[in-house]
Amino acid sequence: MRQIAIYGKGGIGKSTTTQNLVAALAEAGRKCMIIGCDPKADSTRLILNRKAQNTVMDMAREKGTVEDLELDDVLLRGFKGIKCAESGGPEPGVGCAGRGVITAINFLEENGAYGDDTEFVFYDVLGDVVCGGFAMPIREGKAKEIYIVTSGEMMAMYAANNISRGVLKYAQSGGVRLGGLICNSRKTDKEFELISELASKLGTQMIHFVPRDNEVQRAELRRKTVIDYAPTHPQADEYRELARKIADNKNFVIPTPITMDELERLLMDYGIMESEEAVA
Amino acid sequence: MSTSIKDTQKMIEEVLEAYPEKSKKDRAKHLAANDPTGQCSACQVKSNIKSRPGVMTVRGCAYAGAKGVVWGPVKDQITISHGPIGCGQYSWWSRRNYYNGQTGIDTFGTMHITTDFQEKNIVYGGDKGLDAALHELKGLFPLAKGIGILSECPVGLIGDDIEAVSKKVAKEFEYPIVPVRCEGFRGVSQSLGHHIANDTIKDYVLGKGTLDTSTPYDVALIGDYNIGGDAWASRRILEEMGLRVISQYTGDSTVNEIGIANKAKLNLIHCYRSMNYICRHMEEEYGIPWMEFNFFGPTKTYDSIRKIAARFDEKIQNNAEALIAKYKPLMDRIVEQYRPNLEGKKVMLYVGGLRPRHTIGAYEDLGMEVVASGYEFGHNDDYKRTYPEMKEGAVIMDDATLYELEEFTRRLKPDMVGSGIKEKYSYHKLGVPFRQMHSWDYSGPYHGFDGFPVFARDMDMTVNSPTWDLIRRKK
Repeated sequence: MRQIAIYGKGGIGKSTTTQNLVAALAEAGRKCMIIGCDPKADSTRLILNRKAQNTVMDMAREKGTVEDLELDDVLLRGFKGIKCAESGGPEPGVGCAGRGVITAINFLEENGAYGDDTEFVFYDVLGDVVCGGFAMPIREGKAKEIYIVTSGEMMAMYAANNISRGVLKYAQSGGVRLGGLICNSRKTDKEFELISELASKLGTQMIHFVPRDNEVQRAELRRKTVIDYAPTHPQADEYRELARKIADNKNFVIPTPITMDELERLLMDYGIMESEEAVA
Repeated sequence: MSTSIKDTQKMIEEVLEAYPEKSKKDRAKHLAANDPTGQCSACQVKSNIKSRPGVMTVRGCAYAGAKGVVWGPVKDQITISHGPIGCGQYSWWSRRNYYNGQTGIDTFGTMHITTDFQEKNIVYGGDKGLDAALHELKGLFPLAKGIGILSECPVGLIGDDIEAVSKKVAKEFEYPIVPVRCEGFRGVSQSLGHHIANDTIKDYVLGKGTLDTSTPYDVALIGDYNIGGDAWASRRILEEMGLRVISQYTGDSTVNEIGIANKAKLNLIHCYRSMNYICRHMEEEYGIPWMEFNFFGPTKTYDSIRKIAARFDEKIQNNAEALIAKYKPLMDRIVEQYRPNLEGKKVMLYVGGLRPRHTIGAYEDLGMEVVASGYEFGHNDDYKRTYPEMKEGAVIMDDATLYELEEFTRRLKPDMVGSGIKEKYSYHKLGVPFRQMHSWDYSGPYHGFDGFPVFARDMDMTVNSPTWDLIRRKK
């Protein structure tokens, strides 16, 4: 069983990308599971064709404690039998969502949610690695591979670099490795070249360049992945390609995060940011 | 430098030898030979600094200081330990702050309330549970006059907005609901908890009480927690002097009393460490002077009575002299009775608050000598007040470790050690007479004229108990 965590800047398309690629894997006959590690609980909507009502933490709150939960309460099956669970958590501004992730993952693990036949477990993790709780999927020998979703936008690249720092920490203390950057295109200038270069600076690869296509949004509106909604559309093939590359990936590295200065220089080299001399 | 200072310094160095280099360097700053004149710079200890990991410090935390010391004794306020169960359970009624009242009806001192955080409260926040707890308490205990919310660590970690809940519910209940941000990870010891609690008194209660009449003789008794009835003994002296004690902070006190201390003419502070903050505030804000006093042992008590009286008119001064004249024969008889048993006995103290310096006089009245003394959580100003009280060459300790205490005991061979519950049983094993001097070893009071006979009896009973001869005293 391969456990894979997907990180990236908030709003970059982690959940969409994850669900589409998992749908592609499932379509190819692989046994998959998605664990949403985000209080918003929208990591499995496209697989279940509805928003997950019963998150681990919400059910635990309802029943009193997490010990009162049954696995069946929170583990659902969606498109092509993909197993889905959401950690859930508080509304913004109260409590500790990170603790929710820890509790939920421990519960799923202790209760054998992964089963014997699951080949791939994907953790779809909220935004940046804001605290220890959101690093849970890559701690204690859980996810051993990480993919970072990014785009050619500066803040997305900045987040990717920052996440690499977190990965570096856990790579040294545990066995976690970076499997590559997934470029979810925003159609920025020289995006392919820029992310390929960032990937090489981080010591990894751009595993796939997912072009921007409105078919993704049309599918999302219908609570479906592109694989499910428009299996013959070229965009579906892009996700199939991404799924195949991840399944076949052998390139796992300890990332080499760069400094802010290096990141800015990279943007200048690709003409996206003007250098100070040029501005002057 | 005198030989007694040099000898002690040499002994301290020997004790420190056992430590690794870094610990030795650090701990050396916290141990010194006493110089009563304060001239010798090497004789000043460093204090109020983070304890070294691994030294087995006996310090407490900010929550312990705020709940256990300052807010806990206020009798008609309900004190909630807000967070998981442990902090509340293990701080339940640990200091024997006596009070009058019907527990569970109009007073709540020995009762223990906690919001008992579960995993879900951490993840979803504890504010709704807190709101519910406050309303339950209002229903269960309609005669309560206030509620204190004492934060445990997780509340600070998850950023629960206890202030917002307090504000909302206080408006509804029309009494103070005091959110106290005393998370245990704040500061280096319980000392910060005292300060935080003082600040909440200032922000939520002080100036809000009612006092019908005022007299020129109104005083507030600050920093007496009525352990074993101490504050009652202190209050009796002040009242017999003709003063009116309008407020006790916080032993056997009420929320209203806490709210009217600003109407006193003089604030009398016993435990300086835990309550100097509110005294300074009242001085700045209301112009109320404050003075420290000491009611341990007759010598210091007479002295303090006279100093307090000097702040008032002749009537009070005459009362004071009459009071001293009345009690002196009784005190002399106590000294006469116990001094022969205790003369020349050596005492080592390691406590908190004010006791490492304030009880010295009481021991001296009984002919005993304090050869070493130290504070768990004292600050510089505590030590400055301690040096003149002790003999030259005595050992001064800050945040001492069990190893150091044992080593000093072996070398100084005190006839009695006074410290806390954590030290008590290791001293029993060493076969050294010991008194738990935080809560008077389940005895008391020790303050004033009521307290001294009890103090003298307890020390005699401890030092001269035949039990010690039955225990093989370790070399």
